[in-house]
Amino acid sequence: MALDRTDVEKIAHLARLQIDEQDIPQYTETLSDILDLVNQMQAVDTTNIEPMANSLDAVQRLRADVVTETNSRDKLQGVAPAVEAGLFQVPKVIE
Amino acid sequence: MFDKTLAELASGLENGDFSSVELTQAYLDRIHAEDSKYNSYITVTDEIALSQAKAADEARAAGTAGPFTGLPVAQKDIFCTDGVRTSCASKMLDNFIAPYNATVVDKFNNAGAVMLGKTNMDEFAMGSSNESSFYGPSRNPWNTNCVPGGSSGGSAAAVAARLAPAATGTDTGGSIRQPAALCGITGLKPTYGRVSRFGMIAFASSLDQGGPMARTAEDAALMLNVMAGFDPRDSTSMQQAVPDFTADLTLPLKGLTIGLPKEYFPDDLSPAIALQVQNAVKEYEALGAAVKEVSLPNTALAIPAYYIIAPAEASSNLSRFDGVRYGYRCDEPVNLEDLYKRSRGEGFGPEVQRRIMVGTYALSEGFYDAYYKKAQQIRRLIKQDFVSVLNEVDVIMGPTTPHPAFKLGEKSSDPIAMYMEDIFTIALNLAGLPGMSVPCGQTNGLPVGLQIIGNYFAEQKLLNVAHQFQLATDWHKQTPDGI
Repeated sequence: MALDRTDVEKIAHLARLQIDEQDIPQYTETLSDILDLVNQMQAVDTTNIEPMANSLDAVQRLRADVVTETNSRDKLQGVAPAVEAGLFQVPKVIE
Repeated sequence: MFDKTLAELASGLENGDFSSVELTQAYLDRIHAEDSKYNSYITVTDEIALSQAKAADEARAAGTAGPFTGLPVAQKDIFCTDGVRTSCASKMLDNFIAPYNATVVDKFNNAGAVMLGKTNMDEFAMGSSNESSFYGPSRNPWNTNCVPGGSSGGSAAAVAARLAPAATGTDTGGSIRQPAALCGITGLKPTYGRVSRFGMIAFASSLDQGGPMARTAEDAALMLNVMAGFDPRDSTSMQQAVPDFTADLTLPLKGLTIGLPKEYFPDDLSPAIALQVQNAVKEYEALGAAVKEVSLPNTALAIPAYYIIAPAEASSNLSRFDGVRYGYRCDEPVNLEDLYKRSRGEGFGPEVQRRIMVGTYALSEGFYDAYYKKAQQIRRLIKQDFVSVLNEVDVIMGPTTPHPAFKLGEKSSDPIAMYMEDIFTIALNLAGLPGMSVPCGQTNGLPVGLQIIGNYFAEQKLLNVAHQFQLATDWHKQTPDGI
């Protein structure tokens, strides 16, 4: 299945990836190859086959709604690129 | 000392032949002297190792030592280690000092183990050759022009080069078993949910599983005794009793039934690999096993289904790397979107970006049924194949990989060729079953791996089957030239 340049640009935007203009042809080719590979699945009739999300068909375990974590904000923010007054800094989003 | 297994080192420590500090220092010295050839470590943690070794010696003197106290291991750099860089071999996390420990790391610490360092890997565990590492590829100790396999290539190379007696790995599509096969060591991917994923940086959450990489099945059992167990912090951890994985090692194999899937011996399989695997099966027959031809008819669909499920889950998991809370951030972003896009575009390598894009496409509006849902349906067919065969046989055997270790650069420009190297390992992750790779021969001086697949939670059986083979053969004792 062949993707074109516009498809790749759209996918990269959805994935929030800045890709170099010069790399687009190669991404177009390899992503198309990968889609050809995965499209082998389409030849199989899977009518009435229940999709399997967990190999043991386990269901989501629930826990009591109580606080178990201690406050480790300072430690967690210690690895952040930019922090001020306990807040993560990002470029201005609201004018 | 470097030729001793974990079990032998444990006796040496117990008998007072050497202290953990002496053992640890010897390994650290060896890593600093030799690892430039293999690039198997990203970070060597001398200070932590020596302080853990000292504590281990003190525990032994105080009479509180357990079976793992003072034994050195290396951790794959995908497991978070509090206060130590945890890079996942990515530029994205080159500056990331983990603020907490993975459960697996906590368990080794609680068992009194010594951490030598963090091993090299494919970036975010995406790869089969270690070539996607931001820190350069690790090299195969059997031939340094060859890849060690991946993604846990640094762990495999470190164990094969005697730069660690054992190491942890993770396996999403073969990332423990394939490098174990290519480097001539023993690796075990446990049943999905057996080993906690908490603090193990996520690639494809429904497939990822941590496990041991060691020289022998006995050592893998000792490692798994430390690693396994229910963890409330991992929502898919299984509430399953943890046996002593060494308990069944010595059981005889008389009456064992081995299934050989015809799909695991295709016409284009390397003849040398086919021969070594057939010889291993003959050895099992000599040990009293019966062999039966079986069929896993959906084998060829495993790679297509995997290359939807794994990238889809990866695209979701890796969305957390946004340049805001941790990891790489681009210089001078002009707005929030620019911050996201350039931090991710500059921080992730090409293979990671490829997989994020495949996953993003598969999950994008209008394609869900054709891709992700379809892949999950195929996944059930693959599981059903295994379940029906494992009703008839105790274990399934075949080659771990279709080829021995390949040359650096040989497949790195062809993603599809690289993906096909995992043809025999990937189906197990989709099915969630446990599997091992044990050394079973050599071809042109490169190791060949035998894959052994068992039923859910049958790790004891796998370890028993592997250990009995290792009592009868010496492939696992072979050492690369010059080591």
